[in-house]
Amino acid sequence: MTLQPLTSPYIPNTEAERAELLRAVGARSVDDLFHDIPEGHRNPPLEMPAPLSEMELRAELQRLSEKNFHAGKHPSFLGAGVYHHYTPAAIAPLVLRGEFLTSYTPYQPEVSQGTLQGTFEFQTMTAQLLGMEVANAGMYDGGTALAEAALMACRVTKRYKVAVVDTVNPHYVEAIRTYASPQGIDVYAIPAGATSLQADTACVVAQYPNFLGYVEDVRALADLAHGAGALLCTANDPVAMALFRSPGSFGVDIATAEAQALGVPPSFGGPFVGMFACKSEYVRQMPGRIAGRTTDAQGRSGYVLTLQPREQHIRRERATSNICTSTALIALWSTIYVALMGKRGLRHVAELCYQKAHYAASEIAKLPGYRLPVGGTFFQEFVVSCPRPPAEVSLAMEEAGIIGGYDVSDRVPNGLLLCVTEVNTKAQIDKLVSVLGGLR
Amino acid sequence: MVATAANVASAQMDHRLLMERSVPGRVGVTLPGSDVPAQALPDAAMLRQDLYLPEVTEGEVVRYFTNLSQLNFSVDTNFYPLGSCTMKYNPKVNDWAAGLAGFAHAHPMQSDRQMQGTLEVMHRLQGYLAELTGMAGVSLTPLAGAHGELAGVLMIRAALQARGQGHRKKMLIPESAHGTNPASAAMSGYHVVSIPSDKNGDIDLDAVRREAGDDLAGVMFTQPTTLGLFDRNAEEMCRIVHGAGGLVYGDGANMNALLGRVKLGHLGFDVVHLNLHKTFSTPHGGGGPGAGPVCVTEELAPFLPGPVVSAQPSESGARYALTKPPRSIGRVGGYQGNFGVLVRAFTYITLLGGQGMRDISANAVLNANYLKARLRPLFDLPFDRPVMHEVVFSARKRKGARAIDVSKRLLDYGFHAPTMYFPLVVDEALMIEPTETESKETLDAFVDALRRIDEEAAADEHFLHGAPYTTPISRLDEAKAARQPYLRWKRE
Amino acid sequence: MDIPADRKYSKEHEWAKPEADGTVLVGISFFAQDQLGDVVYIDLPKPGAKLTQFSRFGEIESVKAVSELYAPVSGEVVEANEAVAQKPELVNQAPYDSWLIRVRAANQQELNNLLDAKQYAELTATGGH
Repeated sequence: MTLQPLTSPYIPNTEAERAELLRAVGARSVDDLFHDIPEGHRNPPLEMPAPLSEMELRAELQRLSEKNFHAGKHPSFLGAGVYHHYTPAAIAPLVLRGEFLTSYTPYQPEVSQGTLQGTFEFQTMTAQLLGMEVANAGMYDGGTALAEAALMACRVTKRYKVAVVDTVNPHYVEAIRTYASPQGIDVYAIPAGATSLQADTACVVAQYPNFLGYVEDVRALADLAHGAGALLCTANDPVAMALFRSPGSFGVDIATAEAQALGVPPSFGGPFVGMFACKSEYVRQMPGRIAGRTTDAQGRSGYVLTLQPREQHIRRERATSNICTSTALIALWSTIYVALMGKRGLRHVAELCYQKAHYAASEIAKLPGYRLPVGGTFFQEFVVSCPRPPAEVSLAMEEAGIIGGYDVSDRVPNGLLLCVTEVNTKAQIDKLVSVLGGLR
Repeated sequence: MVATAANVASAQMDHRLLMERSVPGRVGVTLPGSDVPAQALPDAAMLRQDLYLPEVTEGEVVRYFTNLSQLNFSVDTNFYPLGSCTMKYNPKVNDWAAGLAGFAHAHPMQSDRQMQGTLEVMHRLQGYLAELTGMAGVSLTPLAGAHGELAGVLMIRAALQARGQGHRKKMLIPESAHGTNPASAAMSGYHVVSIPSDKNGDIDLDAVRREAGDDLAGVMFTQPTTLGLFDRNAEEMCRIVHGAGGLVYGDGANMNALLGRVKLGHLGFDVVHLNLHKTFSTPHGGGGPGAGPVCVTEELAPFLPGPVVSAQPSESGARYALTKPPRSIGRVGGYQGNFGVLVRAFTYITLLGGQGMRDISANAVLNANYLKARLRPLFDLPFDRPVMHEVVFSARKRKGARAIDVSKRLLDYGFHAPTMYFPLVVDEALMIEPTETESKETLDAFVDALRRIDEEAAADEHFLHGAPYTTPISRLDEAKAARQPYLRWKRE
Repeated sequence: MDIPADRKYSKEHEWAKPEADGTVLVGISFFAQDQLGDVVYIDLPKPGAKLTQFSRFGEIESVKAVSELYAPVSGEVVEANEAVAQKPELVNQAPYDSWLIRVRAANQQELNNLLDAKQYAELTATGGH
């Protein structure tokens, strides 16, 4: 007899048990239970592959994953909104604990204090890193957090124009447009040094540090916005916030951040988590989940989801947003990262990024044909003007076994955006410089 | 009473927050020094002086979060029959796949040429989801179910504009719908009209006909419905809406019942979103991450949110590329979707194959009907027909045991509560979804617990009001939380 | 609970009580606060806001519900009750003493469009609809 594959490892009921269940239900077959489906459409042919054993599947996934040219094997100088930072070994075993991984949104707080207290820690960390008064439990990612910030500014000001500084991540700008246009909100671009806004502008949207890695004059942007009765919304890099002044210290009204930078793997773009914080006077206009501290009947302190009438399950079409998820697991990941790094560690990481990026920039600037065309202070990313088109430069880097550079030639002639973080060694940087030096 | 691991853990637990554990000088990780020549920092006025973060060691962090985790119920520890959430077992091989170095370290801005592995996974997943829904095009970019809804309604809006029908502003939504439906419609600039169910629990077709005019943009419809029923009027509803010039959005939150049983595209749906974190076993993570891919007809495919993955044949096999659909509604998030979630769903589908999809729906529906049969003597059943993946009971007319009381007492028996007070159209609703991954023994134990709770309520009508008794904490004062919001740790 | 006869009621469960100085106090009924449950937040208009009878003037939130507030009379808001806004549970504790806004009514005749205590008692006895 030929051995047949063993299948269905996730379905416990056996054929005999199914027969018992059917008897209790009073049905002859499982198919009987589907009789409400119109017969002509029932049980359609399904063109799907045959099952694979876990052993075969793992080999296939290993093969697919290694088709990628990836930063697990090669040094990377690519950033542009998603950053390779060192991930301490203690994070994954905690986050992958089934009690965190396989629980739902904490609708029953009595059996969800782990998730809720973790969320409260995330809110605390978000508020402290961004220098803001209150924060929510998390958004999908940095881009949608910024888009929701712009919508929230429109609700607060009851105005329907959004001014976006032209140094904001272009993907984020696209997300803002996708979110804003159906609500009749007009999105327009302004330069970072703008001195005036269109009438009835709800908010100025800026990025700090900006998409090209440079530090904007947030104070001037706050004055511009507030002088016109508008709010200032920012997207921020949470690691940079350990080195540079917080958005809150400049009077930013709604500050957001892509928390991926807090040791979350790039995973081809997600899952990430958006940090979302604001001045406390606007808390009831915030989108998303919020955890709050309260007490139980015995006076013990505990946590619940609170201020829920803002949300879709209560206010339905008049909710502040349709969002349900807070991306709690990634929020937990970034919270544990910050806990491990701590006050000194995060500043240390930020300074390492700064030191290494500035070393790389100064070495590249010495190469013939290369320039640093953008003035001002940068954190860990900078624009290099190359002697050849950036696409060719990136290809040469790939041939040398290096990932990176993001092509910004649409903004800066032959501009290549490079990122250097604490994971890049001096030897990697020197190799990068040597590869670039070989191109004329 | 049951002494759970959770309440034992809580009694011994130190509840202080990270900032309250902080001791200046402690650190939780080692970091290298700088290996490059020192670079001057910018002017001190630009630098941060007020960074307040905890200072704790690795051991303290691990113990704190491990103890916190033990205060949670989860699928890995408890039966979690939370209706409409499909809390099925989440296979561990999924997590292994997402953690593979070649996937975890893949940067979303790398060139297509460097990312053929991830793109192949996404392309194959797009194909599986198209096949399961009977649709022509798929975008994996939406980052959650509600995000998929938003993308879906924005596509309807774009398609209507392309037909010269941009004036249509009315979106029909059944009264039983999840709150995200009207919220997503409103975010898309639509005004919502509620449609009731008929006496059998199907959508009221006369009400649909009354609203099917020149101002109708479409309908947002969940199939199976939030009542756990396969709506027998859905196909006719699609015909009416299409006849009036509108489009049909299908909320695929409950697809677990329909895998391999019917393709929503065949019923007339124009766009369907799927919750990979429900139907396709990716873990819920305490409230995300999810993924909400959208699947559409030929007509709507050009409007899909970008980027999508396309394939070109070449000598060395297919070449995959990220492309922006020609009339895309644009990006809905920062990148190309939650790949770490997508790869888990891909792993699950690939392991189970086509037959495995049918086994899922068969067992999920059988388990739900079994609970319906066993629990009927205890609760009111608003609609007496075969159910799909879940059953909705009403706890009305029960002395001393409202839905919340039954739910809270279940926690003492080690079961997560059903979804309660939803759908809104059922008074004192208890919505129970067992999923296919629970055994007969577990279902029987759950029925026994509900029976005992019934007896407890009969013996003392006040007893359940104090439940739960054995959890780490008892019912919390939610009014206080909302009246005096305390939303972050603050220095006293 | 007794329904005070010194004021009028809307079908939306607001009460309107004429004062000696010619202004009208507006609050919500016992029935309304009972339906809402623990009130946690009240969004009230600022003094000077113009009201139209039966139009929305604010919002009241409980832990898991939100309800619109409708003006029982037209006019101008003279004062919003800050004490109640700060301590919304007062609406649960004493709904007929906890007025929300004081209105200078544009036309006192509009009070005749409202229900008296007896009519309102009949309305709420049938479930409030």
